Amino acid sequence: MTAGRRLLWFALALVVAQVLVTVFAGVIAPYDPVGQDILARMKGPSAAHWLGTDQFGRDVLSRIIHGSRTSLLVSAAAVLAALVAGGTLGLVAAFYRGWTDRLVMRAMDVLFAFPVMLLAIGVVAVLGPRTETAAIAIAVVYTPIFARLLRGPALVVCESDYVTGARAAGAGDGRIIFLHVLPNLASVVLVQTSLLLSAAILVEASLSFLGLGTQPPTPSLGLMLADGRNFLMLAPWPAVFAGLAILLLAFGLNLLGDALRDTLDPRLRGQP
Amino acid sequence: MLRRLLLARLLDLAVVLASVSVIVFAMIRLIPGDAVAIMLGANTEVTPDKIAALRAQIGLDQPISVQYLGWISKVLHGDLGTSLWTGKPVLDEIVLHLWPTLQLTVLALVVGAGLAVPAGCVMARLRGGVADAAMRVATVAGLTIPSFWLGIVMILLLAMLAPSLQLLGYVPFWQDPLGCLSRLALPAFALGLPILANLSRLVRSAMLDALGQDYIRTARAKGVPERGIVYRHALRNALIPFVTSVGIMTGYLLGGAIVVEQVFAIPGLGRLILGAIAERNYPLLQATILLVTMGFVVVNFVVDLLYLAIDPRVRA
Repeated sequence: MTAGRRLLWFALALVVAQVLVTVFAGVIAPYDPVGQDILARMKGPSAAHWLGTDQFGRDVLSRIIHGSRTSLLVSAAAVLAALVAGGTLGLVAAFYRGWTDRLVMRAMDVLFAFPVMLLAIGVVAVLGPRTETAAIAIAVVYTPIFARLLRGPALVVCESDYVTGARAAGAGDGRIIFLHVLPNLASVVLVQTSLLLSAAILVEASLSFLGLGTQPPTPSLGLMLADGRNFLMLAPWPAVFAGLAILLLAFGLNLLGDALRDTLDPRLRGQP
Repeated sequence: MLRRLLLARLLDLAVVLASVSVIVFAMIRLIPGDAVAIMLGANTEVTPDKIAALRAQIGLDQPISVQYLGWISKVLHGDLGTSLWTGKPVLDEIVLHLWPTLQLTVLALVVGAGLAVPAGCVMARLRGGVADAAMRVATVAGLTIPSFWLGIVMILLLAMLAPSLQLLGYVPFWQDPLGCLSRLALPAFALGLPILANLSRLVRSAMLDALGQDYIRTARAKGVPERGIVYRHALRNALIPFVTSVGIMTGYLLGGAIVVEQVFAIPGLGRLILGAIAERNYPLLQATILLVTMGFVVVNFVVDLLYLAIDPRVRA
């Protein structure tokens, strides 16, 4: 097995493990993530509380497990929505060309013109800070990325003989776009989805860190970091471990996307 | 030919800027419910009189096209409105908070992009399975370390190692250059690390790509020393994608700065924006988003032109 292949399996194992932990959060977490134990406030890591407790005596490990679930759910929903919206727009632009293409891509350019965090903050400011609005904000920000990403290769695929063949055989536009063009872009989609999921984890954490995402008492990694910062010198563990959890989630997904790109598209090997 | 290309780019720029202004303008109008009541509700008692007054102040009592034209013509004359609660011109508040953020952003860019070139050149020399994998893990880690967490950990470590060091806050550069740089060093590093990771990889692959080209073989054949080959021939071509990426990175930096500023208590745009959201000062928020985005668009436009200048092939 080459080093690259080994890396792919490592990344996949890391991501699957994290997904499993969050799916079974209710079973795995040793304590109630919002249950307070005032007598055991700000205690360091111990046998009872592996990662210590926070300023309300809540178990840090349990909060991280549930917080990771929030992070993954928000990011996955957002990236999926962006993929469906942006992907469809990109494919439609490539398929119809002409004015449709110009109009769609110009609209995407405009969305793309905003710095990511700024646009996300703007969306949250309009819709109000909640877990769902954070997801909507991330979806809006990533829609143009998917549109641009899929349009390029889709243009090439639309020119190919088998698309002409499908059209000659009487296939409708929708059928050609989703059954003939889309499957040929699967590897691009897979790689980019994984990379953007990783980036979405970081954006979601940033938003909740700023108080613009998930609101207390719902466990959220970004919030834990923001809360923990106020007690950094007394009890650094909630902040430190919550950040580490964000890093692990984003790292696993990014490495997975990276290794997938390497495996699926040898032409791109070694590119950033 | 070049003039036509420039003209087309300028037209593109104008269209994008105009569209951005429409979206930012629409922001307040998209708020579900009565935006004016929401704004007032943050600070004062809501009375029909106050609602009507504020509505008139923002111009919400006019048809939407009149509102936009009035707003944009004011913006083009440098009048971004007045802050809802302080009554001061929004522009003054933004300029006041812009400097710390700009310094942090530029410093992070210098750290990230500056170190990326030598790092990428070194990485281009290391090849092979294990070295490749190690580099990939390291760069992916650099790319995904949350900057705000890195900042917190650095503060924690330094507070334990050197408790007397003043790390937080901000002093203007012209008051205390050394104090300013020493306070900005950590946030700039935290903010710049993902850029370093991203760009060093870009430089590496571009270098490897460039080193495999025919013109390198020609240079070698005519006896150019190895150093000249790497720096004069390969690096120069490898920097073309680098320049484009730096433009895109500016957007990441501006957004990232908002978050990192909170960690290091820097009174920059982040504080302004979060404050504006907390007190629902939408005109201030609107103006800030508009100005920062326009700045970002213009930076990318300039990078585009640079690209034209350094890569003659694009002009064809």
